[in-house]
Amino acid sequence: MKLFFALITGLIFGTGIAISGMMDPAKVLNFFDLAGTWDPSLAFVMGGALVVTFVGYRLAWKRNAPLFGVRFQVPTGTEIDMKLVGGSALFGIGWGIAGFCPGAAIPALGTGRWEVALFLIAVVAGFYARRLLSFVGPTRAVQ
Amino acid sequence: MMFETAFTPFQSLGGGVLIGLAAVLLMLGLGRIFGATGILSGLVFFENRDELSWRTALVIGMIMAPMLLFAVTGSMPTLTIPVGPAMIVIGGVIVGLGASLGSGCTSGHGVCGLSRFSVRSLVAVPTFMVTAAITVFLIRHVFGG
Repeated sequence: MKLFFALITGLIFGTGIAISGMMDPAKVLNFFDLAGTWDPSLAFVMGGALVVTFVGYRLAWKRNAPLFGVRFQVPTGTEIDMKLVGGSALFGIGWGIAGFCPGAAIPALGTGRWEVALFLIAVVAGFYARRLLSFVGPTRAVQ
Repeated sequence: MMFETAFTPFQSLGGGVLIGLAAVLLMLGLGRIFGATGILSGLVFFENRDELSWRTALVIGMIMAPMLLFAVTGSMPTLTIPVGPAMIVIGGVIVGLGASLGSGCTSGHGVCGLSRFSVRSLVAVPTFMVTAAITVFLIRHVFGG
């Protein structure tokens, strides 16, 4: 039941990504192209998602525990360090180069486009590259 | 290459509502943050069978979405990819490295983190939004993409 719940949740997320236009790199890159072919649509994606999550999280947290788990696992860190800022800066650069982010690319795999698989393989290579940079120390749990 | 894309406020808002609904359901059901970077890296570097199984189910559901839309509407979602394979690989590696160093991406920090008013996400999101905009500006308007 827990796995079926997860599957349906993934399906709803992927459908949202597809309908919203987040899945289309041309649209994502145009959101950032203020000086060119600007398309503000993605602000509406973010707005819609944030309003629902803001209200929904607070309703969910009225329970003592999740439906299929023992506790809510929410990141609690508050420290602002170079890993957070530098890593986020790098993430934005990569997003601006490729036009895909992980949450858009995973559902986009279902369209069967080879470029999406190539992007996700490169992302996983980036995860391994981060492990090679172990000298910068551990990062907080990834969201 | 630049392509004009149509302004789609209603589809985008509706899609955003579904994304938010999925984030809420994952919290309600499993007590977890819906961050794609955490889900993907949790699949690659899994720690136990339970962690692997719910993430696998979630990802299978995500991948099924375009096929469901195809079954319902008769057409696949539009994907216009205006960059070549080299840019996809370079961008992908930087995305993977940056999101794992910065502990999250658009879904984890952008949706789940901001809605919780997480201080780290309130720093991360403007940071990656600005560097993405600067990158697109440089590629398209300075180097002439």
